[in-house]
Amino acid sequence: MNNEHSKAKIIYINGPVVKAENAEALKMREMVLIGRKKLIGEVVSVENENATLQVYEETSGLEWGEEVISTGKPLSVKLGPGILSNIFDGIERPLEQIYGMGSTFIPEGIGLISIDLNKPWETHITASVDDYLEEGSVYATVQETSMILHKLMVPPKTRGKVIFAEVDGRYNIEHIVIRLLNDEGEEVSLKLYQEWPVRTPRPVRQKKAIEKPLVTGQRVIDTFFPLAKGGTAAIPGGFGTGKTITQHQLAKWSDADMIVYIGCGERGNEMTEVLEDFPKIIDPRSEKSLMERTVLIANTSNMPVAAREASIYTGITIAEYYRDMGYHIAIMADSTSRWAEALREISGRLEEMPAEEGYPAYLPSRLAQFYERAAYVETLAGNEGSITIIGAVSPAGGDFSEPVTQNTKRVVSTFLALDKALAYSRHYPAINWHNSYSGYVSVLKDWYEENIAENMMELRAKILSILQEERKLLEIVKLVGEDILPDDQRLILEISKVIKVGYLQQSAYHKDDANVSLSKQYKMLTVIDKLYEAANRSIKEGVPISKVKNEEIFYKIITMKYKVSEENLELLDQLMQDIDEYYSSLEKMYKKGSGQNEAEISEVR
Amino acid sequence: MKLRYLKLDKIDGPLLFLSGVKQAFYDEMVDIVVEGNQHKKGRVVQINKDRVVIQVFEGTSGISLNNSSVAFSGSPMRIPLSKDVLGRVFNGIGDPIDGADFFAEQKYDISGRPINPVGRKYPRDYIQTGISSIDGLTTLIRGQKLPIFSGDGLPHNDVAAQIVKQAKISGDATANFAIVFAAMGIKHDEAEFFKRQFELSGVLNKVVMFVNLADDPIVERITTPRCALTAAEYLAFEHDMHILVIMTNMTSYAEALREISSAREEVPSRKGYPGYLYSDLASLYERAGMTKTSKGSITQIPILTMPNDDIAHPVPDLTGFITEGQIILSRELFQKNIYPPVNILPSLSRLMKDGIGEGFTRDDHPDLANQVFSAYTHVQEVRALAQVIGEEDISDLDKKYLELGRQFESKLLNQGFEANRSIEETLNIMWEILKAIPKGELTRVKPELIDKYYKG
Ligand SMILES: Nc1ncnc2c1ncn2[C@@H]1O[C@H](COP(=O)(O)OP(=O)(O)OP(=O)(O)O)[C@@H](O)[C@H]1O
Ligand SMILES: [Mg+2]
Repeated sequence: MNNEHSKAKIIYINGPVVKAENAEALKMREMVLIGRKKLIGEVVSVENENATLQVYEETSGLEWGEEVISTGKPLSVKLGPGILSNIFDGIERPLEQIYGMGSTFIPEGIGLISIDLNKPWETHITASVDDYLEEGSVYATVQETSMILHKLMVPPKTRGKVIFAEVDGRYNIEHIVIRLLNDEGEEVSLKLYQEWPVRTPRPVRQKKAIEKPLVTGQRVIDTFFPLAKGGTAAIPGGFGTGKTITQHQLAKWSDADMIVYIGCGERGNEMTEVLEDFPKIIDPRSEKSLMERTVLIANTSNMPVAAREASIYTGITIAEYYRDMGYHIAIMADSTSRWAEALREISGRLEEMPAEEGYPAYLPSRLAQFYERAAYVETLAGNEGSITIIGAVSPAGGDFSEPVTQNTKRVVSTFLALDKALAYSRHYPAINWHNSYSGYVSVLKDWYEENIAENMMELRAKILSILQEERKLLEIVKLVGEDILPDDQRLILEISKVIKVGYLQQSAYHKDDANVSLSKQYKMLTVIDKLYEAANRSIKEGVPISKVKNEEIFYKIITMKYKVSEENLELLDQLMQDIDEYYSSLEKMYKKGSGQNEAEISEVR
Repeated sequence: MKLRYLKLDKIDGPLLFLSGVKQAFYDEMVDIVVEGNQHKKGRVVQINKDRVVIQVFEGTSGISLNNSSVAFSGSPMRIPLSKDVLGRVFNGIGDPIDGADFFAEQKYDISGRPINPVGRKYPRDYIQTGISSIDGLTTLIRGQKLPIFSGDGLPHNDVAAQIVKQAKISGDATANFAIVFAAMGIKHDEAEFFKRQFELSGVLNKVVMFVNLADDPIVERITTPRCALTAAEYLAFEHDMHILVIMTNMTSYAEALREISSAREEVPSRKGYPGYLYSDLASLYERAGMTKTSKGSITQIPILTMPNDDIAHPVPDLTGFITEGQIILSRELFQKNIYPPVNILPSLSRLMKDGIGEGFTRDDHPDLANQVFSAYTHVQEVRALAQVIGEEDISDLDKKYLELGRQFESKLLNQGFEANRSIEETLNIMWEILKAIPKGELTRVKPELIDKYYKG
């Protein structure tokens, strides 16, 4: 590391953009310390002897002539135990620790602090003297939380023979636990952490095909628009349509090993909510507190805008590090639009030529590079791991034709379009089933067939086609009313209502319905299908819709999501029997020709 | 004696350009003396070596290139604060304008630092406003930022005044309650209206006002809400008070920001507003909330008028992306003589989920609100259909929905400026109107609750 003072001096200040003269020594993308308060910044352009810097802290109070100090290294994060269950700002500074310094408000000039250097960790050393360690191989482990075993890995491009191995014990992360002699004959010390530049993807052995779903417990997603481990998804929607709640739901219930949640330019209270709630929520798979697998990156909307740009990279780098240990990571970025706007704001202050709507011309490539860091991989050590990226998009005016939504749409495979009209009618999650899609349906087909049911995907297609049909019919209803339609079409409308209210709607706040297993999802689908088939048969037999739409039966089906718990799924079989019985007797009655006998029919019920 | 610079390079709109500056820092306050006697304040907004751009608060009129002198103060913009601010009136840069002086030991930087999310306390206690549409369907929570989206000529001022008059927070907190009022670009009579309302509700000595009227300098419109929020933070977090901040009109505020941005020749984004409008608005709205270390709270009710009633306009749009919901007033309801004309469907309170229900308001509240939303959505669909095929030809059930719609508007919404309803009253009215439709339609309410509350 080169800590030698360069003589660069501030000459220009405009919000988060600062220019320095005499800056020949500064390198592109290098991290620098600015002024007396040592504000943290990054070199974003170099021209002649001048450099332009983006500053990750409030620049108020900065003077021209103050010094800019080179650190000699690119913007990097420390990767080691102490990341999980924690909350960091956009450049991995620990907000708990900053709070502990005594203020409710975030001061500037805190310096470059990161994960806790002093906390001792019970360390198990797995390598021994004379072992030859390849890049990515594990030399020690730390039980970081009850859910995650932290594997210390030889950094990429490093390999060698172990010449010293510490014994098991409690060490802080600065402790040297392994010394290697590399092929060039140099000694390399390995501590309990490594550093990595955030803008560079961490290497893997190879990317693999996507074939497993990221199960989320959300019916509309798992059944209709599935996510995949190693895949990408975008959740666009106007304000208040449910992006954050959906992301919180995924963070809580998806079957990833670990969650990286980036609050990028959004509300402080939403981060506080996670901090207050997650420790109390028990993960159904591990029966441990959810916070044990979660890390938060917070750059709220009132924090410095340049750090918002960096927060996305900090988050993905942390995710890659844990992926390299062989874990499946889901990363949520709420909202990628704020990140794009940060790019735009900085670009504007740099007086770059704007492209669409003032965004810089490199917006599409930056977005693509970010989503490209999602993948299902074989790690350097030969394990499987994955990163799934789920980005919220906040289009201005809720209009999906704007550049961030459009450019995101081009690079993601699952598109969960949130809809204002659905949100207004409190149909949550307000994911529009006509505009959303998942590119993973075909690659996941085998998985669903093997693990859930042969006909899961067929049912999915059938239910979707009922909803398609409903859309067409509603156009007619709008003009002439419902009464004119023949009964089989009215049945489509009624069944669609059941699908919407009883299946697609899923309250994040209902304790029994917030998270639903795939087997319950499948069973619920078969119940609805049964209802449709039985009712349709009755209608063909001439039973009028008023009788087919039996309030009691319909109500039972609409409320099965609440009434039938995960432990009692056999009640759904019972429900199917009830459906069968009711409609068979209904048909019988009408076949007998005495069909109008009300008393007889209610007896059957 | 501070260095005074006597020669300016250029004056452009609210900006002064000065060169040869020996020492200046970003955001520093400057003192400008015009013609040897008139003082103006300004702020450093850009530094390029010894060339400095200064934004002048009281406006640049009267300043020429060589009739003024400029001195750098050595500090950012700060205002003095003590508990004596209560009952006082200030302008947009924190100078008293009610005829008396104001002194205080401590001065506070108005730009405000971001609250550490770790230091926040998630808001969960509801505020009863006595307005049914708000309490029942978009419940206000102490520490929330809940704006009113309105339009020109709609009664947003009345709604805000009614909230101030009726707001009740549970328990002992009421005594420790105060109001901070920030007027930005509103007309003189609007400001007077608020003053009179505060007087009538007997809270005038608990109000701090920061006033920047339509004909006051626009640069001060940028600092008005910052002074107000600094006062609010002081009272809430240093004196444990519950502060309700009314900020009106955010649209005028944003227009001032746009005007200054264009004078600085910045790259505009949507509708000419600067690209940083979102961050700028957030730097105001995010100053609402509660903290772990204080018992106080800051609840914000910003008011904005949507140009052309267009909710997609950048000011309401970006506001909605930052605040914790919105209360939307509707011209259509207003024209039907309904007050308050709250359009509940696009309105939303994101924090209500944690502040309502058993132990907070009443056990039936969440389901009931949900049911009313869903029923009223259907009312809109039926109304559209009835427009096409005529009310006679719609189904009997849909006729019942139309009746529900009428009752909703007449009984629940239209309560007038004087009525102050308890939460029980509001919830009972909600059940009342649901009786217009058959019980079987109430699919969003748990059966137990239907048995308990749906009588008759
Ligand atoms: N699945 C859900 N269950 C219950 N309520 C929901 C659900 N999804 C959304 N909501 C409701 O919608 C409100 C807004 O959701 P959310 O905060 O996620 O919106 P958003 O799209 O993130 O908005 P913004 O862009 O302004 O951040 C929530 O406060 C909640 O009331
Ligand atoms: Mg959100």
